[in-house]
Amino acid sequence: MPLTPSYPQLLLRGLLAGLVAGLLAGTFAHLAGEPHINAAIAIEEAGAPAGDAIVSRDVQSGPGLFLATGLYGVALGGILATAYTVLRRRLHTGSDTTAALSLAAAALTGIVLVPYLKYPPNPPAVGDPATIDQRTAAYLAAVALGLVAVWAAALAARTQTHPWARATAAAAAFLVVVTIAYTLLPTFHEVPDDFPATLLWDFRISSLGTQTILWTALGLGFAGLLARLTHRTETPATVP
Amino acid sequence: MPKAQALTTPTISTRLLATAAGVTGIMLLLAYLVAFDQGALSQSGTYLHELMHDGRHLLGVPCH
Repeated sequence: MPLTPSYPQLLLRGLLAGLVAGLLAGTFAHLAGEPHINAAIAIEEAGAPAGDAIVSRDVQSGPGLFLATGLYGVALGGILATAYTVLRRRLHTGSDTTAALSLAAAALTGIVLVPYLKYPPNPPAVGDPATIDQRTAAYLAAVALGLVAVWAAALAARTQTHPWARATAAAAAFLVVVTIAYTLLPTFHEVPDDFPATLLWDFRISSLGTQTILWTALGLGFAGLLARLTHRTETPATVP
Repeated sequence: MPKAQALTTPTISTRLLATAAGVTGIMLLLAYLVAFDQGALSQSGTYLHELMHDGRHLLGVPCH
């Protein structure tokens, strides 16, 4: 007999997986990313000493960081669970794990990797404050187009039957959308000439690691909680 | 090995879609609060914005 969890049951699991994933990503960000942020802030302050900060560096790099990644993880977990609820039947797979992990992988590709390669994140001291609005709008457009690219790949795969043809159609559709998007989106070159290239690279890798851990842990955590739900509903309830 | 039984999802009704849209809206507001808000949503001045500064950088969002 098929088991039908309610939307609130699925949502709760998404939010929980998101919180855990956010805290894991925060732990990685704290250990691997904070040294680079501190180094970049030291460069920034050597150029223009900052006044008294509203929030101290210790709070920003500790509780503030975990609050940010935790809340972001919860929000993304809620969105993943909602997408799963609405799209599960259209994914044409008998496996809940495959369905949940496919959605998380699609999100990692569309929301993280596509925007990341066009607009790699910058540490403090990099970026012109005058263009922040344009860069924010362009970043959000890149996220939207990343999701369009993933969606186009899924639709293109459905037009074919042979696995090779499906994979080729998906890859072609994805690359066409991403290429057009990258060509149309504006480009920003704002890294100061004297900013250390190695610091920029290390910061960007730590940011990629943070986001990859968030989505990987979210997908695996959500899929794991779904598997537990199946197991639990399969086991007859024992009445005390 | 236990047989892997798949869960089915709830039937997609108009009511479910409306709830899902509402929840998605709340989740996007929460993500906005972390990633972009500068006090307009949180009504905390720039306190929350400054508090979550490092998270924004490492989550790949344009910051400043």
